[in-house]
Amino acid sequence: MKRFRTFATRAVAIAFDDIDTDQIIPARYLTTVDRTGLGGHLFHDWRYGGDGEPMPEFALNRPEAEGARLLIAGRNFGCGSSREHAVWALMDHGFDAVIAPSFADIFRKNALRNGLLPIRVDGEMYTACIEEAASRATFIVDLENSVVTTPARTIPFRIDPFARNCLLEGLDELSYILCHDEAISAFEASNPSGSSIIPPRPARRGR
Amino acid sequence: MPADRPRTLYDKIWDGHVVTEGEGGVSLLYVDLHLVHEVTSPQAFAGLRRRGLKVRARDRTLATADHVTPTRSLNIAAAGELAAKQLRSLEENCEEFGIRLYTMGHKYRGIVHVIGPELGLTQPGQTIVCGDSHTSTHGAFGALAFGIGTTEVEYVLASQCLLERKMGNLRVECEGRLRPGVTSKDLILALISKIGVDGGAGHVIEYAGPAVRRLSMESRMTICNMSIEAGARAGLISPDDTTFEYVAGREFAPKGPEWDRALNRWRTLPSDPGAPFDKTVSLDVSGLEPFISFGTNPSMAIPIRSRIPDPAAIADAVEREQVVRALKYMDLGAGEPVIDQKIDVVFIGSCTNARIEDMREAARIFRGRKVSEGVRALVVPGSEQVRREAESEGLDRVFTEAGAEWRLPGCSMCLGMNGDHLAAGQRSVSTSNRNFEGRQGPGGRTMLGSPLTAAAAAVTGKVTDPRELLRA
Ligand code: SF4
Repeated sequence: MKRFRTFATRAVAIAFDDIDTDQIIPARYLTTVDRTGLGGHLFHDWRYGGDGEPMPEFALNRPEAEGARLLIAGRNFGCGSSREHAVWALMDHGFDAVIAPSFADIFRKNALRNGLLPIRVDGEMYTACIEEAASRATFIVDLENSVVTTPARTIPFRIDPFARNCLLEGLDELSYILCHDEAISAFEASNPSGSSIIPPRPARRGR
Repeated sequence: MPADRPRTLYDKIWDGHVVTEGEGGVSLLYVDLHLVHEVTSPQAFAGLRRRGLKVRARDRTLATADHVTPTRSLNIAAAGELAAKQLRSLEENCEEFGIRLYTMGHKYRGIVHVIGPELGLTQPGQTIVCGDSHTSTHGAFGALAFGIGTTEVEYVLASQCLLERKMGNLRVECEGRLRPGVTSKDLILALISKIGVDGGAGHVIEYAGPAVRRLSMESRMTICNMSIEAGARAGLISPDDTTFEYVAGREFAPKGPEWDRALNRWRTLPSDPGAPFDKTVSLDVSGLEPFISFGTNPSMAIPIRSRIPDPAAIADAVEREQVVRALKYMDLGAGEPVIDQKIDVVFIGSCTNARIEDMREAARIFRGRKVSEGVRALVVPGSEQVRREAESEGLDRVFTEAGAEWRLPGCSMCLGMNGDHLAAGQRSVSTSNRNFEGRQGPGGRTMLGSPLTAAAAAVTGKVTDPRELLRA
């Protein structure tokens, strides 16, 4: 994961509540074995008509959306399916952060695991963000100081310190988890749910 | 922790699986069972390969092919080139890393959340994860089960652990008794319409109360399955004799003295009297009618004898706008009765309602009737075991004689990845769990209901109160 650096950008608002991951990336594009190349299908069925032509009124298709790295969405963003492809599609399209009043639990975790910053903003500050996005203001997303600044205001946000550190350092959790190998083995020796469940088949890789 | 402090089922499973407690409330949690499928795993296996890692606990990992599998033929090519490639990739990954896989043609293959329980892999007190949000289904056994993304699939393959923060604990107290013709699907739709699609966000839901105790395991699974549609990653039900009877004797269930030890452990799991919950919601189920969804998320559901909401009567501007959009997408008229709305397709299947009990329920309606002219009805069993059992009871013939299609197991039209999908503009009544825009195919319109409600719509060609057909 690359280190999260402060950036300045315009924002695109798709400010509906409960945007589910089926809208972010429809299931028919999940037949991939890669993480890349999904950006073209981001919000596919809102972005393109049945004839495959772009819908001019959809926010992502407007000229001012070009190059925007910040998405502003409504409450409970990313609900529904756990597909991490939703995060991959957003990032592949060029988004590095999403502002919303709340995020669905699985989506938020997926976002953090990939370096997409979920920023929780609600109330008046949220309304102001949407207005400023409409007036094409420049947003500065600064994770180090946990603050988003626009020409008109400073919007502090809260983030789990562990997640923040991982993003800033570009660390992924697996290296951290694997440091606990001994503790995991000790746990396995006395797991209350009992020992192994499935007789395994032989592996070609590792032992 | 003092032993006398009453704990919830969630507390007990959590406490029993913490490997280490880290800083800031983030704990390393051990995973007892990891279920894997073709869509959310290829990138995780690629990650292991890149890092030169192996799978840590092959004896706690099981894979199946379900999401993109064809339902007309055992030949994987039938689902299309990309789907076939994904299935082959799962086969190769499982072979390389030594993971047991139930692929096309295997007698145990099926939807991941159907096979876990029916093979006895799902057991009370476990922690269970899968790269799929409906992993919450397994909570019906009193297991802490939740969906994860692909990056976490890789973490679990490599370490059998996840970094987790403890969630809130929401208790849903279900009083009363469901009336005939009203099912646990109706109960969960009623609950979601009451608390909303994020009503359980940040929480694990425990379903309790006499109405839940009376339910079969199949019906309990339907409820826990849809916890995620209320925003809760996990749903739980304290295990009881119904649970133990279901698990006993299944392929991977403990046997002999191990069974007795397990049973003793499982009996200590239910929430202690007086254990504290962060929130409690009560639902009296005695007055419930069959529910059906009219909109584009599962909270937009109403009793089948009521009218489609009129946005003009909704005070909250955001909610009003949402309903306006939903009705436009669904092509339904504000304020009209939902009953008698015309439908084109019926889908009976998915991890919500494709177990044997669901097949039997649907057959009650289809028996001796015909699918309405112009309606297409698909019945897709949740697993090969369900298929065989249904066929041994003659249910397949009930469906096919009625004019419904009896298919091979898989996710099928629940998400339309395998070629089974709605055409743009078609309206379905579906026993699945999501009525999101385009979920069953681009431009498709989904109305969610129970197997009874779906079968009733199939034979009349319109939204119908199934109780009328049950009486007839
Ligand atoms: S049946 Fe539907 S909801 Fe269930 S696992 Fe398959 S795609 Fe997901």
